[in-house]
Amino acid sequence: MMILSGDPPRSRALTLILVVVIAGLAITPLVFPGAKAMNVATKICIFAALVASYDLLLGYTGTVSFAHTMFYGIGSYAIAIALYSMGPSWAAVATGVVIGLPLAMLLALAIGLFSLRVEAIFFAMITLAVASAFLVLASQLSWLTGGEDGRSFQLPELLRPGTVLISRGTLGFELNGRVLTYYLIFIASAAMILALLRVVNSPFGRVLQAIRENRFRAEALGFRTVFHLTYANCIAALVAASAGMLNALWLRYAGPDTSLSFSIMLDILLMVVIGGMGTIYGAIIGATIFILAQNYLQALMGAASNAAAEAGLPLLPGLLHPDRWLLWLGLLFIASVYFFPTGVVGRLRNPPRKSA
Amino acid sequence: MRGSSPRMTPECTVTLVRPDDKPSDDARMTHTLETRDLTIRFGGHVAVNRVSCIFRPGELTAIVGPNGAGKTTYFNLISGQLRPSEGSILFDGQDMTQLSAPLRTRAGLGRAFQLTNLFPNLSVEENVRLAVQSESGVHYDMLRPWMTRKDLIARADAILDKVALGGRRNVAATALSHGDQRKLEVALMMALEPKVFMFDEPTAGMSIDEVPVVLNLIAQLKQDASKIILLVEHKMDVVRSLADRIIVLHNGQLVADGKPAEVIASPIVQEAYLGIAPGKSAA
Repeated sequence: MMILSGDPPRSRALTLILVVVIAGLAITPLVFPGAKAMNVATKICIFAALVASYDLLLGYTGTVSFAHTMFYGIGSYAIAIALYSMGPSWAAVATGVVIGLPLAMLLALAIGLFSLRVEAIFFAMITLAVASAFLVLASQLSWLTGGEDGRSFQLPELLRPGTVLISRGTLGFELNGRVLTYYLIFIASAAMILALLRVVNSPFGRVLQAIRENRFRAEALGFRTVFHLTYANCIAALVAASAGMLNALWLRYAGPDTSLSFSIMLDILLMVVIGGMGTIYGAIIGATIFILAQNYLQALMGAASNAAAEAGLPLLPGLLHPDRWLLWLGLLFIASVYFFPTGVVGRLRNPPRKSA
Repeated sequence: MRGSSPRMTPECTVTLVRPDDKPSDDARMTHTLETRDLTIRFGGHVAVNRVSCIFRPGELTAIVGPNGAGKTTYFNLISGQLRPSEGSILFDGQDMTQLSAPLRTRAGLGRAFQLTNLFPNLSVEENVRLAVQSESGVHYDMLRPWMTRKDLIARADAILDKVALGGRRNVAATALSHGDQRKLEVALMMALEPKVFMFDEPTAGMSIDEVPVVLNLIAQLKQDASKIILLVEHKMDVVRSLADRIIVLHNGQLVADGKPAEVIASPIVQEAYLGIAPGKSAA
């Protein structure tokens, strides 16, 4: 249990879902080696870690930040620029990491010390302003970032799709550079989520929850809350930047739309809320539900619409037309927030009847 | 009527303030808490007005005065929730005026709040455990799970037993009755093991059978001659039974200071606090 830091899922249904999701992600390259399935699985891994790091801020300290995609973007661009300018080598990857992580942390430290002393709304506004400035900067500094086009780059030899380590004949599946990259991302994301679980269940994490509950009282107990909040902000920024690096490695590209846009910020917020704030496990559930719906709802509705048309049902084929998938996605989110105000994890841990 | 009385001018206080309570340099050598000309203004309103006072170890001082006299504001100034407009606070010979609330707590100033001020959705045990954790200096440890620090949990449980909350340790603080929340508030302060205990109306709103638990606790703390205890309390019988000394605040000023019997008997207190006018001539 110590790998989970003494904070197990505490619900049989939740444990089952988590085992299914994690096992599914672990075997995706073996069972569904197609490009789409692999992309979806990778995105779930990366976003689970990214959302978990945002949950550290929103769920555990009650701090609203809009700069999370900025840190995600710093990681993405650090890898992209390093590999673009230094060529596809491991030294370039290392350079990207060595520059990107401290940069993200220092920026988080500066924002935190500057604005976490005062009311939470001020911090939210500052992060919004800094993130907007960073987005403009990234699209204007074309010589460095490639502007709106972003930067495409090549990966080191080992991680390229063309590199076949074990051919299909020996094991029944092909272990190539792409699969290796996937497992690198899978393991790195899992490690980050476990690390976050450790942080939130540490004495430090307990103080974060105390600050969320009653910052005034936490101060009166002798905790200098500015430092706790700032450190939490730094940890979240480090994980977000790392997730951005993994994302860049997978896409072999970094650009404003894939790493910095505010629509990603909205997605993160939705995933935290759907999964359940202040739980870490909610990040895995939220990311899985959201990304699966985003990628497969349209196809599912197409099939349902056709089936309804063949059965001769009135109205339904139109309602379920694949073009209306965003409407249904929206309704799905409204319904999930309405019926699970504490998120899926909160609901599974405390069923409404039993807890009363 | 009270505010306009000529008896409330500061000159009247001189007779009751004991000469040895004047700020002195040798006082800084011992473990005393001292406020010097402590003043805070909110706009034009002077909530605490040049209050100078020394509190000594082994002494329980009751601070009394009518509502709005500045008692809680005075506490807020001492424990650091408010910064004074003028004046200073010295503790153990150290000037604490510029220190933030957390640093004053770490220096040994403990505070139990008047309006219950807890972590509502955390368990009773966790509320106290957090205070114990702070007292043990475990602030930024993020590498091990909190439950591996069993020593902190055990200390929290021991304190909960002392305030008769041991049976409710797994309940959320918000689910406790008002009286139990008051007890938890006191437990948080005790967990900090402070040198100065500041009780702000610890028995307010408690049912009669709950009051003795808290009063016994305070009486026990009094046994320790190294502790300074400040108590804001309205119930005169409580004050009479516990206090070694009473100071009276009125309109933000220190108007009386002395032994309980003499202060309670003084006309200033009779009028200002107990609301008994000494006679029509004074009004």
